Amino acid sequence: MKRKVRARPRSKTQFFELRLYVAGQTPKSLTALNNLKKICKEHMDDQYRIEIIDLLANPQLARGDQILAIPTLVRNLPTPIRKIIGDLSNTEKVLVGLDLRTPSVVAGAL
Amino acid sequence: MTKSANGKNGVPPQLKKSPTGIEGLDEVTGGGLPTGRPTIVCGGPGCGKTMLSIEFLVRGATQFDEPGVFMAFEETPEDLAQNVASLGFDLLDLAARKKLFLDYVHVERIEIQETGEYDLEGLFIRLQHAIDSVGAKRVVLDTLEALFSGFSNPGILRAELRRLFRWLKDRNMTTVITAERGDGALTRYGLEEYVSDCVIVLDHRVAGQLSTRRLRIVKYRGSVHGTNEYPFLIDENGISVLPITSFGLNYRASTQRISSGIPDLDDLLEGKGYYRGSTVLVSGTAGSGKTSIASHFAEAACRRQERALYLSFEESVAQLARNMRSIGVDLEPWVKKGLLQFHGIRPTEHGLEMHLARLHKMVDQFKPRVVVVDPITNLISGDGDREIQSMLMRLIDFLKANQITAVFTSLTASGKHAEQSEVGISSLIDTWIVLRELEENGERNRGLYVVKSRGMAHSNQVREFLLTDRGVRLVPAALGAAGVHTASASKKNRLERIIGPKKQKRRSRQRSAVARIRKTAAGDQGKPFLAKAAGENR
Repeated sequence: MKRKVRARPRSKTQFFELRLYVAGQTPKSLTALNNLKKICKEHMDDQYRIEIIDLLANPQLARGDQILAIPTLVRNLPTPIRKIIGDLSNTEKVLVGLDLRTPSVVAGAL
Repeated sequence: MTKSANGKNGVPPQLKKSPTGIEGLDEVTGGGLPTGRPTIVCGGPGCGKTMLSIEFLVRGATQFDEPGVFMAFEETPEDLAQNVASLGFDLLDLAARKKLFLDYVHVERIEIQETGEYDLEGLFIRLQHAIDSVGAKRVVLDTLEALFSGFSNPGILRAELRRLFRWLKDRNMTTVITAERGDGALTRYGLEEYVSDCVIVLDHRVAGQLSTRRLRIVKYRGSVHGTNEYPFLIDENGISVLPITSFGLNYRASTQRISSGIPDLDDLLEGKGYYRGSTVLVSGTAGSGKTSIASHFAEAACRRQERALYLSFEESVAQLARNMRSIGVDLEPWVKKGLLQFHGIRPTEHGLEMHLARLHKMVDQFKPRVVVVDPITNLISGDGDREIQSMLMRLIDFLKANQITAVFTSLTASGKHAEQSEVGISSLIDTWIVLRELEENGERNRGLYVVKSRGMAHSNQVREFLLTDRGVRLVPAALGAAGVHTASASKKNRLERIIGPKKQKRRSRQRSAVARIRKTAAGDQGKPFLAKAAGENR
């Protein structure tokens, strides 16, 4: 499906609280973290905080955010909570997932 | 292949089994589910998969000291706890005592955006955490297939599932995975492809609007197992599987005799009554007195201080008690004493197997010496003949194996010959009593005779069967030229024998004279027909 992505107007005060769930230093986790850092730098103008949770160290934390897949990125703020799984290699999808862009399908309704 | 823990030092590894504690299931599986291996329990919606898996965990935790992890993909722990509270399982209490770990995994695709590579390490970590927190030996994943709706990449998912099962085996977890039944396949997403150690199929079938739950072990690698479909019940004690085909023809034969409760009937049976542990069939048309004979039998058992189980499929308990009081059989005191247990069940309440299953349960719990099923025909109406026979065979085998004397009543459709209608079951019966309507002289009377009674020289007489306010009486029927005479005909016959045909004739003439007088009186009132009939009597 082809999607056009357009910028979404948002207020300057919007602050992003992000959590990245990983399980040890796996290549996928590292890729995800690097991708995330890059995206934040480019699209969030320092209005963000990234918290990295290593489930190997704190397994009980997986329950709260209902984590199954690793890596999982959870946007706690702004609400509502959003979840993105995978190594975040597709920047467009990450932006859509974080509500920084709205996907508009070329043909068809919302 | 993982080595099971017991395969050490050149000793050929024998498959270790973990008892489920579920009534009957351990019998069918020959000891339980394979220890340290995954088992798939599949079936359609509402067939009892979750129930079975929870009971497996609860029994494991409470009876075998094997804590468990329940990972629910569909219901929250609170909902689950509520659902099984009716079975007397307190999940939250078990969880609080660290016997059980309940984890709810919520999967919803719309909430998740997928970008690039991922795996399900989170699930593994949660499982590991759960296992560690209670020291689990058993794991239930209910229903793992929810994952398929949560993630769009089937390649990753299948690889991860394969890894998961291997992972569980490596940790020596006895695992139950529930799965939805698929079209044409055992499970909708082909989970059986990964789990090939033990597959149990649950089924909830409806035939003739009656539902029966059944369980079948499709596969049990490395173990013999029962291959039949076994009916199972879910009631206030949890699940019970009934391995009812496991009885054979190897029961003991008692020489003890017990009274039928009717002295006159005992007379027909060498004066001693039935053999203990034998099966008695009382057949007859509607209103011929079958229930009365059965009640006498039950009462007699109670008098001997034996427990009696009475299954009534036609009358309510209260009605039966009232009706039997009218012939002088008071059953209520015995009920109060706990010697007699009544069960009034409508045959339409369950399917055939289910009735049998319930009967098993009642017998196991109450441990009666005698059982009355009244009437057995109601129970088996509507089903195919073959099924009836197999069900009865199992029922009879079961009762005989327990040395229980059983009386079945059977309703014969009027018009049919009494001995014809029971062809299907008569060969299973030891003692067969037939009640017949004898119509004669404008009266309907009851006759009784013993068709057969294995192992005894029973009488071949047809007796007249009377229901008096002091119970059932069997009067030796008078024999005349035309065969058995009952009631008035018998009186006439008796009279003839006593006073001789000559006197009898004179009396008859006198009676005719009276009739003639009546005739003239009736003639005025316009009743020529009756009068004519009376006149012809001459």
